[in-house]
Amino acid sequence: MSTDPSDDVLSTAGEWRKGGKGVAVATVVQTWGSSPRPIGSQLAVDGDGSFIGSVSGGCIEGAVIKEALEIIGTGKPKLMEFGVSDEQAWQVGLACGGKVRVYVERLD
Amino acid sequence: MKREHFEALQAARAKKVPLVVVTEIKTGKQALVYYKDMKGDLAPSADLVAKARQALKEDLGGMVEGPDGMYFLHVYNPPPRVILVGAVHISQPLAQMAALTGYGVTIVDPRRAFASEDRFPGLEVTTDWPDEALERLAPDTRTAVIMLTHDPKIDDPALEVALKSPAFYVGALGSKKTHAKRVVRLKEMGFDDAAINRIRAPVGIEIEARSPAEIAVSIMAEVTAIRRGHITGAGP
Repeated sequence: MSTDPSDDVLSTAGEWRKGGKGVAVATVVQTWGSSPRPIGSQLAVDGDGSFIGSVSGGCIEGAVIKEALEIIGTGKPKLMEFGVSDEQAWQVGLACGGKVRVYVERLD
Repeated sequence: MKREHFEALQAARAKKVPLVVVTEIKTGKQALVYYKDMKGDLAPSADLVAKARQALKEDLGGMVEGPDGMYFLHVYNPPPRVILVGAVHISQPLAQMAALTGYGVTIVDPRRAFASEDRFPGLEVTTDWPDEALERLAPDTRTAVIMLTHDPKIDDPALEVALKSPAFYVGALGSKKTHAKRVVRLKEMGFDDAAINRIRAPVGIEIEARSPAEIAVSIMAEVTAIRRGHITGAGP
């Protein structure tokens, strides 16, 4: 899991933070079925909504970024869940039919 | 994540020190658990610390139950490595692909004309003699070693060290004929069939690759397949 080029995600997140931007990091913490990105995959978001990395094949990034922007403000971490059994999944859509939990936290 | 934790995490990763970040989902509190040390604003139970270190050893993180709900174990092991013996043409795209795939890449070639930094921008290149270089680099279970020179003077000493190591992948470029001669030499050196059968040769999966980049694709596909358990029987 450490093999991931998401190495660059944390480095970029660190640079953004150093540059004075608000930053949140989303991490895949649990997966079921055919979720596209493995545990430990990360996505970093800055206060303007710019992002790097991924937590899915592009299906749920929009919702995660929206939540991340909230968390940059509140500082309160959140565990998000997406999957076919979830109402939200039909809107946000994990097309692969898997289920995934994403932990979103602010970089203080 | 608190700034001090983030800075400690980044420092450890830069120094290739393995660690696990343990996050208490309910509170967001975190502990940085190393093999021998620990810090953070979370004081994990002994059981949780043991689980974290086990995850580090297995290179497999995830959610676990703990004293106060769920905890996420995020394993940060240093990148797996690819050691290329021979700074030849194929090594150029292969080194780039290996780096893109997430490996730390080292190129070994005692011939200075080949092993120039210009040919491998941003990657570690050494002109040490292959057996010395390989002994120093000490391939482990997360290392692939690939011999690419066709020259027994360079390939064989590296192969000797690689076969005595627990590297998860040992490959050697060359036709079936070249490999047959290599097998004879290795037997003379005292290697048994089990050791010799570890060598992936001809190297790479069969895709009718012709150009150096295509051959690199074939090799990286095989390295990936073995690392992920799709092809078995290559281990030490």
